[in-house]
Amino acid sequence: MKKQTKIEIWVGLFVLMSLMALASIAFQVSNFSEWKERPTYRVSALFDNIGGLKVRAPLKLSGVVIGRVTGIEIDPVSFKARVNMAIDQSFNQLPVDSSLSILTSGLLGDQYVGLEPGGDEEVLKPGDEIEMTQSAIVLEDLIGQFLVKLSDSE
Amino acid sequence: MSRPLSGAQTLLQGLGATLLDKLAAFGRGFLLMLSLVVAMPAAVLRVDLLFKQVYVTGVLSLPIILTAGLFVGMVLSLQGYNILVDFNAEEAVGSMTALSLLRELGPVVGALLFAGRAGSAMTAEIGLMRSTEQISALEMMAIDPIKFVYAPRFLAAIITLPLLIIMFNALGVFGGYLVSVSWLGVDAGAFWSQMTSQVDWNEDVVNGMIKSVVFAVLVAIIALFQGVNAIPTSEGVSSATTRTVVHSSLGILGFDFILTSIMFN
Repeated sequence: MKKQTKIEIWVGLFVLMSLMALASIAFQVSNFSEWKERPTYRVSALFDNIGGLKVRAPLKLSGVVIGRVTGIEIDPVSFKARVNMAIDQSFNQLPVDSSLSILTSGLLGDQYVGLEPGGDEEVLKPGDEIEMTQSAIVLEDLIGQFLVKLSDSE
Repeated sequence: MSRPLSGAQTLLQGLGATLLDKLAAFGRGFLLMLSLVVAMPAAVLRVDLLFKQVYVTGVLSLPIILTAGLFVGMVLSLQGYNILVDFNAEEAVGSMTALSLLRELGPVVGALLFAGRAGSAMTAEIGLMRSTEQISALEMMAIDPIKFVYAPRFLAAIITLPLLIIMFNALGVFGGYLVSVSWLGVDAGAFWSQMTSQVDWNEDVVNGMIKSVVFAVLVAIIALFQGVNAIPTSEGVSSATTRTVVHSSLGILGFDFILTSIMFN
């Protein structure tokens, strides 16, 4: 076999192997498969306290991820935290009186937004604001309340 | 000046001369890089030369990179498991291994190995080509050594190092899987699902690849510069080879800190 041919075969093999490695990293290791652009619609909600919620945190309905947090900002009028979310277009039948709460996955896990569907006939439309929200449970506040109760009962 | 210089003056002069030397070397390195960038089209056009260099720098570095990747991944997950098992969080060993490989260890260890394996060879080859006057012979025949010798090596390093590091990472994750799932009995489903939920494509994978490209440019330019500026004796070539490994290793670690502080803040 000619030397140049041998080199070319090896280089081809090299590139093929690295592409396979890249594919395995993309699909098995990272969240690349979630990145295919699916149509979404945006809703927002005001929270008293978002705790440790971060951008790109999941929005879950019955434990299933149906959207993501796209932005967190302070509402200039009410000084509450405004959380913007993008919900997958395939979940466009959510009742308009659904409620949101900020929950924690596991004891030490990340925080996510949980959606509890309401009973209204009307459905959420793009740009809607979800009225009923429940803040994140802040562990320090909880301990504080517990201590107050403890001292009251004595 | 007829008056002999005093001790302090010679010291000062030595300091100034060293500094000017170093600055001049930096300037020559930068000019070399500019001429290499200009010569890139020529390197792309001579595919046969490029393939030869991809073979020499990439394919021949495969054994060391793959073995190192496997063992680094295995050792990472073993250490991680021993710590995480105390908190009943051994499922997180997958995401820990993958994140540390993709963000730091893959690019840095891969580039260090590459500097030792391919960078030193590049310097030695070019230094010897100069000492045996092959470069001068090319110039005599009006063949530009930058286009014909240096640019293919430069481009080959920039192509191969990121690819090698991708393979290093993939094999490292596989090594982590072997140790934690097959050996230590971590649940396979939790291992992979924790990993995919923690590892972000843009944040972790792409940033790691940007790092590897920066390191490739760094190693290639240092290796070529030391080869071109090597004193054309056997001693000069050997010390130039040593300098390539030392300078690129330090450069890799320094640039890694800078890039990390920019990317992951």
